[in-house]
Amino acid sequence: MKGNDMVEYIVFSLLNGLLYGMLLFMLSSGLTLIFSMMGVLNFAHASFYMLGAYFAFQISAWVGFWPALIVAPLLIGVLGALVERFGLRTVHKYGHVAELLFTVGLAFLIEEAVILIWGRNAMDYRVPELLDVPLLTLWATDFSMYRGFMLLVAVCMFVALFLVLTRTRIGLIIQAALTHPQGVSTLGHNVPAVFMLVFGGGCALAGMAGVIGGNYFLTDPGMARMLGPIVFVVVVVGGMGSLTGAFVASLLLGTIQTFAVGLEVSLTDLFALFGASPDFESGILKDLFRIQISHTGPILPYVFMVLMLIFRPKGLMGTRET
Amino acid sequence: MRKKFASKTWLSTVALWGSAALLVALLPIAFRSGFMLTLLSEIGIMVIFALSYNMLLGQTGLLSFGHAVYFGLGGFITMHALNFVNDGVLPLPLELLPVVGGLGGLIFGIVFGYVSTRRAGTPFALISLGIGELIAASSLMLPSFFGGEQGISGDRMAEITLTPFGFGQKIEVYYLIAFWMLASAGLMYLLTQTPLGRVANAVRDNPERASFVGYNAHIVRTIQCSLAAFFAGIAGGLFAISYEIVTSEIVGAIPSGNVLMMTYIGGTGFFFGPILGAILITLMELMLAHVTHAWVLYYGLMFIAMILWVPGGMASLIMMHKPLIKGRVMGGVLKAYAVMAGPVIILFMGCMSLIEILYHLSLSIKPEDPMSLFGIEFYVQSLAPWVISLALTIGGFLLFLKNRQVVSRAWQSAANQIKQKESAS
Repeated sequence: MKGNDMVEYIVFSLLNGLLYGMLLFMLSSGLTLIFSMMGVLNFAHASFYMLGAYFAFQISAWVGFWPALIVAPLLIGVLGALVERFGLRTVHKYGHVAELLFTVGLAFLIEEAVILIWGRNAMDYRVPELLDVPLLTLWATDFSMYRGFMLLVAVCMFVALFLVLTRTRIGLIIQAALTHPQGVSTLGHNVPAVFMLVFGGGCALAGMAGVIGGNYFLTDPGMARMLGPIVFVVVVVGGMGSLTGAFVASLLLGTIQTFAVGLEVSLTDLFALFGASPDFESGILKDLFRIQISHTGPILPYVFMVLMLIFRPKGLMGTRET
Repeated sequence: MRKKFASKTWLSTVALWGSAALLVALLPIAFRSGFMLTLLSEIGIMVIFALSYNMLLGQTGLLSFGHAVYFGLGGFITMHALNFVNDGVLPLPLELLPVVGGLGGLIFGIVFGYVSTRRAGTPFALISLGIGELIAASSLMLPSFFGGEQGISGDRMAEITLTPFGFGQKIEVYYLIAFWMLASAGLMYLLTQTPLGRVANAVRDNPERASFVGYNAHIVRTIQCSLAAFFAGIAGGLFAISYEIVTSEIVGAIPSGNVLMMTYIGGTGFFFGPILGAILITLMELMLAHVTHAWVLYYGLMFIAMILWVPGGMASLIMMHKPLIKGRVMGGVLKAYAVMAGPVIILFMGCMSLIEILYHLSLSIKPEDPMSLFGIEFYVQSLAPWVISLALTIGGFLLFLKNRQVVSRAWQSAANQIKQKESAS
């Protein structure tokens, strides 16, 4: 790569990484709140993201994109609250494993229900025409208006979440419940109601991410399975009970994955840099030396998560162990 | 007195296992067709896999989302070993090849088990998920071991065998699988009776107390993980021999989730639970998958229903009736079940027709074509099928609510009868 190309690559990777990271944060913020308050790792969280995209597709087919932007997340929020009230609360008495399994089963069911209603093919869910224009053109690459809009929504949501959590009464209770759930209920707050609210709110955020992410990426029944595990990685890496940690981890993972996609360097190239040229005829070593960084994108998050859980279970900024 | 009692349970255990072995040996006489033999072989493999999974979930309290890693690696290692045998590099009879897969699983189980079992619960679940995704993703990056997209294949008709079998026929493969299934199940059952099995239960129920008594919970979990991986590897090896091809899909998230669901549906609290689950789910998978698109949905609904209402799985549903049978008071409960059967069947038929109609609309190539259900052919565009299935669903549900008391009352009176009998004697 020449100098100019290099700068272009870095600028666009950073912008796309930021965008992807903000989207991840919209998902992981809700998940980390739910996980740290209720101790339930919600496997169905990415399914609500998927439902958000499908609801938005359906509503925009009926009345247009802008109503969908408001209505779809609200519907998802109500759905999430119902799931908490009638599903999770029922299995709560059987312990954490049953709760975890319940969300696994729910994720499975939501995927099947989506196939049942909308079929297996990807939906024709498009970016609204108003936003489908280039916002700015740097060098030869366009940065579309829609990406700018996604960033704007994500930032607005981040600010709103921050204000709710720090400036309102319910936010203070949630914050307290993050670190001392027992203490909060001892003080006489209605913790189950707070749980329901947080679960619904977290799902609504995931739904919002689905509304703006579904038409940018792809709206198909596999989207939850694609993104779901990555959101866990964000929560684990960021640390339990830490929204800031989730924010940092989202941006970090988003950037790392976007950068990795563009780097076509393998171990062989690295050795060649130092003048060595290892030559393996066959076997796993040959494969290892051939792998390009761009292909490691899918596994990088999991390497991150496993190492983090083994060596620093608190995560980057967590206050408690996972 | 006590000794006599112990020997009696020992005898009944032996009789149970003996009759199971006899049943497994005689089944192919009743079911000769190629499809049935494939089905029985698949069930045998899944029984080993599910039992090995229950060593983690049921006996040690470890929820794993990546158990297929050991199954799949065992399969790949067995397949490589088989190819070595056919190249003349490795002189090993085919009958013992599953053990090679098991040993491969064991090695990975020791490594992954050691790093992931320091704490149980969510951290273990997450690490197992991460390892599962890692292996699944790297299976496409290391084509010389995993064979890339097309996987690796081999020819099971090896030259060296212990038995006169040539393994060209399905029935010979069935007996190989049956032998290893009985051997593995027997070993896993014996393991639950050893001190290790008991300590594993202690670690599951209260790791803190177990370590106060002097057991290292981490080591106990690691051992259980490694042994579970060993048996999963044997199952994977049998899979490789049975299908003669292994692709990277079998290390993925789908088989990992599958074994979790079948084990849980069968029941984790009893040794025979996972066997029930493996048999039921494999039957459903091979029988229903051809008939309906919706079988995955039914599978998921069953799983959710078990979690919500029957956390002990099917095994606990069966064992619940043991005291009633012993006290000879099953009659009333059976009558109540018969009363309930009507509403439940109506409800099921209603829900199933609704689901099938929706699937027909969303997935079939031409939704305008007629569909047939329960032997009746109809057009989903007309109103009648919708009205009928909705009526069945709602009516069945209302009848169910109305009759719900019948079953609980029957249970109540049965319990009272047992109490009376006990106080009378």
